[in-house]
Amino acid sequence: MPEIALAPVEHQFENAEQQREAATMGMWVFLATEALFFGGMFLGYTAYRTYYPEAFAEASRHTLVAFGSINTAVLLISSTVMAFAVRAARMNRRGLLSILLLVTASLGTAFLVIKGFEYAREISEGLLPGPKFHIETSDPVHAEMFFYLYWLMTGVHALHVTIGVALIGFFALRAWLFDAFRDHDTPIDLLGLYWHFVDVVWVFLFPLIYLAGRHS
Amino acid sequence: MNEMHPTPRTYIINCVALLALLGLTIAAAYLNLGPFNTVVAMLISLAKGGLIALFFMHLRYSKPLIWIFAGAGVFWLGIMLVLALGDYLTRGWR
Repeated sequence: MPEIALAPVEHQFENAEQQREAATMGMWVFLATEALFFGGMFLGYTAYRTYYPEAFAEASRHTLVAFGSINTAVLLISSTVMAFAVRAARMNRRGLLSILLLVTASLGTAFLVIKGFEYAREISEGLLPGPKFHIETSDPVHAEMFFYLYWLMTGVHALHVTIGVALIGFFALRAWLFDAFRDHDTPIDLLGLYWHFVDVVWVFLFPLIYLAGRHS
Repeated sequence: MNEMHPTPRTYIINCVALLALLGLTIAAAYLNLGPFNTVVAMLISLAKGGLIALFFMHLRYSKPLIWIFAGAGVFWLGIMLVLALGDYLTRGWR
């Protein structure tokens, strides 16, 4: 059983536990706004797919399912490592924390590199919406709508992963150099919440982007 | 935070369960289930999201205050999706 690390208590809080709970609550409020932000895009996707199910199924078959599947596994494993990092922070194990954060950031980077190769191939196949967009389907106009949503949603998600990787790398450095989270592990807790949330978004994106219409 | 904390074993089991659900959702996508393909895919995603929230995000071990705020996010997201789709999905002229 890991011991609960004690943070210095600001004057507006009764005790360290209340302070931690307030910070955690604030993070969940932020994540709620993020859920609504991504939710708007999921709503747009659902509305268009309801209107043009055939075009979306055909377009989805042009996505690279192997890249998407591997990337899902990479993110799920990175979340697991992050969970262990949060635990290491709580137990005041600085070395372990730094290493686990570094592994998480590396997996996040691997996700982005794989996504980059995927994007490059899609651009060369003409799947980037715009004047050069080209796709061999019965309804290219709405297939382009699918790919517009694909680039928007995966792009915004990749931006979140990029921010996450940068923060996790920065925190790893602070843990390693300054032992910044000794008895003060709430920032790692909140960083973990962010990273897991980004993982959850991808968990919903993956089947909608890559798996729609695979069976036919 | 409660007295209870997730153990390394919990995290490993959770990871294995998530990867198994990933395999399941990929396999299910290649079966022709008609309109249920999307339903099955979304149910599996909900299960994965739930596992991540409960164990990795420590909801399972959190106080009611945190549940209220996490639930509020889901609730407002639900309002947006249900009310908007209640319109889009029921328009006769599609």
